[in-house]
Amino acid sequence: MTDPSRPSTTASGDILLKMRDIRIDGYSDEQWHPIIKGVDLTLRRGEIMGLIGESGAGKSTLGKAAMGYTQPGCKLIGGSILFDGIDLAKASDRQKRHLWGTRIAYVAQSAAASFNPAHRLIDQTVEAATRRGIRPDAESRTDAVELFRALQLPDPETIGNRYPHQVSGGQLQRVMTAMAMSPRPDLIIFDEPTTALDVTTQVEVLASMRKIVEEFNTAAIYITHDLAVVAQMADFIQVLRYGEEVEEAPTQQMLTRPEQPYTKSLWSVRALEKPEVKGDDIVLSIDNVDAAYGPLKVLHDVSIKLPRGRTVAVVGESGSGKSTTARVMTGLLPPLSGTVTFNGEVLPAALKDRSKDQLQRIQMIYQMADTAMNPRQTVEDIIGRPLEFYLGLKGKEREERILELLEMIELDETFMDRLPSELSGGQKQRICIARALAARPDVIICDEVTSALDQIVQEGILKLLLRLQQKYNITYLFITHDIATVKAISDEIVVMFEGKVVEQGLKSEILSPPFPDYTKLLLSSVPEMDPDWLTNLLQNRDI
Amino acid sequence: MNAVLSTILKRLGLGIATLFVVSAIIFSSISMLPGDFSEAVLGQAATEETVAAFRKELGLDKPAPIRYFEWVGSVLQGDLGTSFSGRNASGQDRSRQVVDLVMPRLWNTLFLAGVTALIAVPLALFLGLTAALYRNTAYDRVVNAATLTTISTPEFFVAYILILFLASLWPVFPSLANIDATTALGERLYRVALPALTLTLVIVAHMMRMTRAAIINLLASPYIEMARLKGASRSQIILKHALPNAWAPIATVIAFNLAYLVVGVVVVEVVFVYPGIGQLMVDAVTSRDIPVVQACALIFAATYILLNLTADIIGIVTNPRLLHPR
Repeated sequence: MTDPSRPSTTASGDILLKMRDIRIDGYSDEQWHPIIKGVDLTLRRGEIMGLIGESGAGKSTLGKAAMGYTQPGCKLIGGSILFDGIDLAKASDRQKRHLWGTRIAYVAQSAAASFNPAHRLIDQTVEAATRRGIRPDAESRTDAVELFRALQLPDPETIGNRYPHQVSGGQLQRVMTAMAMSPRPDLIIFDEPTTALDVTTQVEVLASMRKIVEEFNTAAIYITHDLAVVAQMADFIQVLRYGEEVEEAPTQQMLTRPEQPYTKSLWSVRALEKPEVKGDDIVLSIDNVDAAYGPLKVLHDVSIKLPRGRTVAVVGESGSGKSTTARVMTGLLPPLSGTVTFNGEVLPAALKDRSKDQLQRIQMIYQMADTAMNPRQTVEDIIGRPLEFYLGLKGKEREERILELLEMIELDETFMDRLPSELSGGQKQRICIARALAARPDVIICDEVTSALDQIVQEGILKLLLRLQQKYNITYLFITHDIATVKAISDEIVVMFEGKVVEQGLKSEILSPPFPDYTKLLLSSVPEMDPDWLTNLLQNRDI
Repeated sequence: MNAVLSTILKRLGLGIATLFVVSAIIFSSISMLPGDFSEAVLGQAATEETVAAFRKELGLDKPAPIRYFEWVGSVLQGDLGTSFSGRNASGQDRSRQVVDLVMPRLWNTLFLAGVTALIAVPLALFLGLTAALYRNTAYDRVVNAATLTTISTPEFFVAYILILFLASLWPVFPSLANIDATTALGERLYRVALPALTLTLVIVAHMMRMTRAAIINLLASPYIEMARLKGASRSQIILKHALPNAWAPIATVIAFNLAYLVVGVVVVEVVFVYPGIGQLMVDAVTSRDIPVVQACALIFAATYILLNLTADIIGIVTNPRLLHPR
């Protein structure tokens, strides 16, 4: 870390933050166990350090520890945190309070939850600066308007008078950056600030955050699980796993020549790509469907065709009607007009009117495997239920089939008696896949099934799904907002926007020019593993 | 703003509708009470003719629905009717208007409730907020245990304990709270001290615990962590960041307890011989004085509805989502 060959990105370049041998324990299941196991981190003035890792790697805990803060249920048990000469590991609460919000600021993941709903945005923006008397309140307010302007917020003069619920998620995230910047801190901790945003919004927020950090030469720790995002922001990248440092290097070097096998595996996940195959035998289609939730119309004249044994990926931002389309197909939401056709036969619109056989042929897998399983049922009950219900299997036959299914999803018989709470996220999703398979369906609808999983686990699930498709000629409708996943699994792509289908076609057709405007915006907004991607994009777009 | 106004008007309309339903319930349940006033006054020995004549004079001979609509009609014109008591078989009428009977008593009750509320509400808020601020400390436990004790003790017992210590052993306050229209304000305050203190002890616990719970419930929110990381102190976090989001549940429990001060204080009134509306109603029930009973019941119902309406409105105006729609 104190490698003399390391280039200094700024003229000042002196060390601002020096964390040594940080150890943090967390309390769960009635005992303390280590979350951070002796990590070092050094940050110079004006530098941005990217912290990446999968969930549970401890990156957020380490980021907060850089402020001398540990959340309830965690405790710092060793190490030193030297911030500009002050050891935050030993500092009193009062000392730390005087630094927080003035010299060190924090930008949280969910802006919607992290703004106080009871106060106007401007009041929250200037709160810290005013409290510590950094400058008169009126000046802080004028300054906040300038920050809003610099962050390209609409109506910078008046947006501060709104309440948090009155602005969008992307705007809130930028207001939070303004709030962090208001007292002109030396260091800002960005804790997954764009994870909750749609990809097109993410680009704008990233661009404005980068611009303002550069403008004020603020040092930052940028925490994320998205490699491509961190590549745009950071000068250096540190990879964490299980609370330990895997490796650290300047961004360019880390992207092109990662040294550790773990880092390499993280990089390779994005390279997965299935060769597309055209299909003409349409197994399931919806034609000219309009659908609404009460008075709110969400689907407008949507038609989608699923060729047998192929994967159709539906992409679009939140609110574009992807999941509603799935609900219409399964009969959970009867459409206002239009039809659902399966094997050439028009299905009844509502779930309750469909026959058992029709139900059996279309199965569904959900994003949150946790909530899609009864926490009090064992794996055997969960997989056995569709076997009894659809196929009438009992006793020995049923048990053998469950073992077969477990084998298909690469788990062994020891899982039979486990409860969902005893499984990892990836294992839970595998059980959900086995449950869908148990019915021997023709079509499986996968609704964001990998979104909640870490990248390496995602890769495993995607490979499993592909293998099952080849073996049993299953058709997937794969709903996702992640373009990397789309590339990995799909034959055809449907792009949706505001409840309408923008285009449908083979993967190669959709992902190559000419693009309709929205597809172009969507595709160009997906961050790439190139540190200059954002710069180039902004130049081409002229934001 | 208009959305809030229309919501409030809707709630007000609903409140009035509720009051009508309640008036019907009051009327029919009083009609179902066993015995009637004429028999109570005239005694068992009265002839059927005298009873019938007396009933006719009071209007009790008409069918119930007609009597109900006559009652509601006159109440709507501000006329609560004439009390039955003071009449007798001799034909001499010394009866009084219900309004004249009820209003001084209601005023006394509101006075006691007001004095109690002025002590109890700020005290409960203070204890609740400080208990939340210093939660899981000795202070928190003592406050919790003390309030739990007072709420678990029957109120007449609290009253007698206070009389024992503050009126008998150390005669600081009078044990009788008998006041009338001529009593001066200072003297009134002095005389209601013990009943007000009793009621304070009874209602403070509920309000205090709810305030504490509402605040602590919010302390796990991400915006509270954000406030900490912006360098806010504990007291700033509680007062500035948690409390503004906790008003709705706190207002509801305060309204509930204030309503209790008006409608539930009869035991305390009896112990301290305080001339409040609770005693009046109990006396009226005993003597089958139907117009007075109905008037009291209606006032109680209106109190509940009005206070809950106020709590609802506080919940609305402290919620920026409702006050400032997108």
